[in-house]
Amino acid sequence: MFNIHFPREERIWLMIGIATLAIFLVLFGIMAFGMGLQPPGHMMQIEPKAVTATPPFDHPGITQIGDNEYEANIVAQVFMFNPGDITLPVGAKVHFKVTTPDVVHGLYITDTNVNMMAVPGHITEFTYTFRKPGEYLVLCHEYCGIGHQLMMGQIHVQ
Amino acid sequence: MSRTFDRKDSSLILAYLIFSFVALLAGAVAGLLQSLDRGGYITVSPQWYYLLLTLHGVALALIFTTFFIIGFLYSGVIKTLGGKMAPGNRTTGWLAFIMMVAGTLMALVVIFNHSSSVLYTFYAPMKASPWFYVGLALVVVGSWVAAIPIFNSYRQWRRANKGQPSPLFAYMSVATMVLWLICSLGVAIEVVFQLIPWSFGWVDEVNVVLSRTLFWYFGHPLVYFWLLPAYIYWYVNIPAVIGGRLFSDSLPRLTFILFILYSIPVGFHHQLMEPGIPSFWKFLQIVLTMFVVIPSLMTVFAIIATFEIAGRMKGAKGRFGWVRKLPWGDVRFFAPFLAMLVFIPAGAGGIINASYQLDQVVHNTLWITGHFHMTIAATVVLTFFAASYWLVPILVGRKFTPLLNRLGMIQSVIWVTGIMLMGGIMHMIGLMGAPRRTSFTEYGNHPAAQEWAPYMGAVGFGGILMFIGIVLYLAIVVYMLFLAPKTDSPVEYPIGRVDPKFQKPPLILERWPLWIGITVALILIAYTLPVIHMVQDAPASPAIRTW
Repeated sequence: MFNIHFPREERIWLMIGIATLAIFLVLFGIMAFGMGLQPPGHMMQIEPKAVTATPPFDHPGITQIGDNEYEANIVAQVFMFNPGDITLPVGAKVHFKVTTPDVVHGLYITDTNVNMMAVPGHITEFTYTFRKPGEYLVLCHEYCGIGHQLMMGQIHVQ
Repeated sequence: MSRTFDRKDSSLILAYLIFSFVALLAGAVAGLLQSLDRGGYITVSPQWYYLLLTLHGVALALIFTTFFIIGFLYSGVIKTLGGKMAPGNRTTGWLAFIMMVAGTLMALVVIFNHSSSVLYTFYAPMKASPWFYVGLALVVVGSWVAAIPIFNSYRQWRRANKGQPSPLFAYMSVATMVLWLICSLGVAIEVVFQLIPWSFGWVDEVNVVLSRTLFWYFGHPLVYFWLLPAYIYWYVNIPAVIGGRLFSDSLPRLTFILFILYSIPVGFHHQLMEPGIPSFWKFLQIVLTMFVVIPSLMTVFAIIATFEIAGRMKGAKGRFGWVRKLPWGDVRFFAPFLAMLVFIPAGAGGIINASYQLDQVVHNTLWITGHFHMTIAATVVLTFFAASYWLVPILVGRKFTPLLNRLGMIQSVIWVTGIMLMGGIMHMIGLMGAPRRTSFTEYGNHPAAQEWAPYMGAVGFGGILMFIGIVLYLAIVVYMLFLAPKTDSPVEYPIGRVDPKFQKPPLILERWPLWIGITVALILIAYTLPVIHMVQDAPASPAIRTW
């Protein structure tokens, strides 16, 4: 019933392709479930209208929680980050927590892997260690309105 | 006049094609202004930049593609299923056309009165004018109505030819519209049940994560809705253009079935960086995404085999002698060949984007913009251009002159150069951190942004080249429509011959309820639990206008 003629060359070609795909997916699975490098889930929620009254976003900012380890609670809102200017020592390990009280925003830091979406109602997390000193540009990379291109912040790592 | 089509049929097809060309012009003008702004050549105010960006996406991603595809599919369905559309089907085709044009105009009015600068992805809770959503809903529903003549013609043909496999072009058209119906249902639900009531103020709040999920349930297969008609051209029309025959009559059908199965339950790979979707479901959809490699590899094999067969039929000797026998000077072959070449790196980029660790680096940067401009503007659009170079002359009964062929060749080179420059450099500055969908900005002269500036200039130059390419293309179109010499025998509609030695394609491939059933099962597996979770748990947001 399902009898399709596959030319021999195409069978070989597809076998190589499917084998490559299989190896790729196995490695993928090992990384995700064996090494814990899963795609981010971010299941924490927050009432969008109550962001300014809900800890930790009622006092957005940097809190030291350990030896050169920090929590950065940032509110992304039209058209700014709060706080927008952050100074950190070299080697600081930072746990970012981001949310928004209005529309969807992004939080992207140049020269790093920090690439987060801020969606109203949700809290997004990412941890990054700033090993190199420098001036990092924080920018919004999701269109959020007329001032989207002005929405920025800075991180000074000294 | 042309004898390939009944005059009434050619008017219907031409209506769709001409409307698509108008949308192409509108989208291209917007694109030019955007690339000049970002390149730093002119200054466009942010109000206008985001308005133009909305226009660019709607006109090109939604209107140009959908109208062109319907016109192209109608032509091949009529050609391969008896040469004429039944009058009832033709009326339905016109009804669909009117709905889609009305929807487009409605959306255009509210785009231009500044009330709907929400881009073509219209992410809530940014709220456009309700008529923006109503207009787009009309376009989508109109496109469903437009599918009816294709399904009807196919059913009528199969009833008259019991036990026979349908002609390949018709089969693939049905597959394309099946994919389109299943996927556009998602965006229709989003627009009709979430956004329209909310934008009219009948309900106060919208579930943002659910709306984004419904959008991307549609947004990824949308690109396959563009790609499959291009594949139809590669699989069915090119063998005739290059004087060969089909490589196989069965495998392409299997390929299209696989594309339906593995292009829909995968939308989460556009939402990898966002909150509210559990890791496991993202991972599962990434795995399903990667299966698209299989039909893609089958297509690569089949297309190259088709080339080799044609070359050998023309007497080519040796291992690679067939390469020289291909009609390199014929734009109907040359343009889609360039399209295929660009698709190799562009498709590989897609695998990168769907790998979440790498997406962490490139998400929402200009890398993504470069990726989909290379896949759509080069691969799909260049193939559509090539199709129009024989379809329009057939429809109007005019000659595609050698001069037009030469202009088409020049157009293809300009177009590919422009897209490689623009798309290639967008990939680079995306890696350097430049965000997508952002009007000109220097971020207060921040050193990181200063690094991008010269590259942005080159991106703008690529955009200018592409605009020149569009102007040249539209000039060719106008010449084909109104000025080229009339002839009783325009080129033949190229439909690749089937080798009589081929075994018949298994009829199980035409059992649509089976394939649609498997597709729905995969969709339910990939989406049910996370969507239930979103509906029950995700907080809702009030409407906001931020422009």
